[in-house]
Amino acid sequence: MADTSLLADSAQVAGFDWSFFWHYLISPSGTFLEGLWRTVYISVVAQALGVVLGLVIALAQRSRFAVLRWGGGAYVWLIRGTPLLVQLVLVYNGLAAAGVYRFTDVPVGGLVLLGVVQAAVLTLAVNEAAYMAEIIRAALDAIDRGQTEAAQALGMTPSLTMRVVLLPQALRIIVPPLGNEFNLMMKSTSLLSVIGLQEMFLTAQSINSATFKTFEIFLVAACYYLALTTVWSFVQRFIERKLADPGTTPPPGPSLRERLVGGRGGGPAPRGTAVVGKEPTLAGREAS
Amino acid sequence: MNDPHGPHDRPITGHTGPTGPADPTAVLSARGMVKAFGGVRVLNGVSMDVRAREVVVVVGPSGSGKTTFLRCLNHLESIDEGEILVHGRRVGYKDGPDRLVEERPRAIAARRRNIGFVFQRFNLFPHLSALDNVAVAPVKVLGVPKAEAREQAQALLARVGLAHKASSRPSVLSGGQQQRVAIARALAMKPELMLFDEPTSALDPEMVGEVVTVMKELVEDGLTMIVVTHEMGFARSAADRLVMFDQGVILEEGTPEKLMTDPDHQRTRAFLRRIDGHG
Repeated sequence: MADTSLLADSAQVAGFDWSFFWHYLISPSGTFLEGLWRTVYISVVAQALGVVLGLVIALAQRSRFAVLRWGGGAYVWLIRGTPLLVQLVLVYNGLAAAGVYRFTDVPVGGLVLLGVVQAAVLTLAVNEAAYMAEIIRAALDAIDRGQTEAAQALGMTPSLTMRVVLLPQALRIIVPPLGNEFNLMMKSTSLLSVIGLQEMFLTAQSINSATFKTFEIFLVAACYYLALTTVWSFVQRFIERKLADPGTTPPPGPSLRERLVGGRGGGPAPRGTAVVGKEPTLAGREAS
Repeated sequence: MNDPHGPHDRPITGHTGPTGPADPTAVLSARGMVKAFGGVRVLNGVSMDVRAREVVVVVGPSGSGKTTFLRCLNHLESIDEGEILVHGRRVGYKDGPDRLVEERPRAIAARRRNIGFVFQRFNLFPHLSALDNVAVAPVKVLGVPKAEAREQAQALLARVGLAHKASSRPSVLSGGQQQRVAIARALAMKPELMLFDEPTSALDPEMVGEVVTVMKELVEDGLTMIVVTHEMGFARSAADRLVMFDQGVILEEGTPEKLMTDPDHQRTRAFLRRIDGHG
């Protein structure tokens, strides 16, 4: 417990406060729930935009026009080559400091869309798109060349071939790494605390400053992150089942126990759900 | 490019196909097709005319260029020299300022609509049922209403003897069944010319018969076909013309009977004798 001195006054160290922990875990405060809600919707919106933008980048990289291919490659190189944390600060604080652009609150209907939320969603989506582009590109490359030829022989244009033949098949390959990406995305939102966005992590930090229950409150936050990623793993499994070819036996995916507590017999976690670091090139190579 | 019969790299002893300009009244008229892969000439001046309702069987040793020839006919491969007309219209190229230039993808796609192609490895769409494999192109490419296209697809599946497999995915079908679905899929576009690229050579022997039977029925129906195959039974009973490819050129051609009993070239005799044993 000596480490708590970094965050809390050492005079406050008084063991683990179980009642505080259970209280916050079972009936979190309104501000904590608000932070949780922000974490969820920012993740969902940023991931959705990231998938769409990633698809655009992936298609650009396969274009017959060299300029688009080059542009797509440059995008991935630039975004993947710089840390998300740096990108966040550059977009929200940097642009404003340089007088280029200041994110301001925008009223939408009866609600107010905070400037910091706009910056957060934008940056997360742009960042995510670079990784999704690589995943989608690898998935498209993994589809047998004969599929494209069959579509061509039937008179399909390149765009029709993409929509009718390639993308539906790529989807099944994309979902497992996409699941990884969304899992990482929910956890990456904790970085938004550096630009002052009151998501779950920063809310926990505020509660910590007020109560000095450092271990307790961050353990509560960890439990909620775990709950989010666990719910998502069920959703992901459901999607994978939906997309599986009904004619074949479903792929030997990890069981619930393996999914929750790790790989078989303590070995490396099963592929597709493996807790790989944010290294889409790795996922990309696996898919191809 | 309209006069491809320049001097060849090496002496050609065989028949070089029709001469003179391409014939716009033929279903297919190809002149002087040349195709090189990395400096190696796989096709070295191939010319051929195919009339309506004609059935041409192409044979030749591995590497003789017969599959490349077929793939060039609907521009799955580009050609380096020569000209291909299907129903009097160029495939893959249009007139440029001083030479032919490759068409844009959209225009090439439009030209392929009425050229059916059956692949050695079937290439069915694994995410679609047999019925949807057949119906998808009429709906998406030709804009046929979905209900109508599915009805036609069901009829085509019945024609190839697979009405009961309409809802099956390709992964649960046997090789012979997959190839029959692939034939139905090509027929759904109502092609004027059907190209078959070794349609039975990826099949287990016991499944060859069912595919050959379907192909013979198409011949009865008067479909114009070019078939690359070593299925000599099919050639003997269904082909109007047998074409022997060798080293990127047509070595000789004629009726199946002529080539099988009294060919002009010793190489033809030796080759046909060798493959006929394997049926």
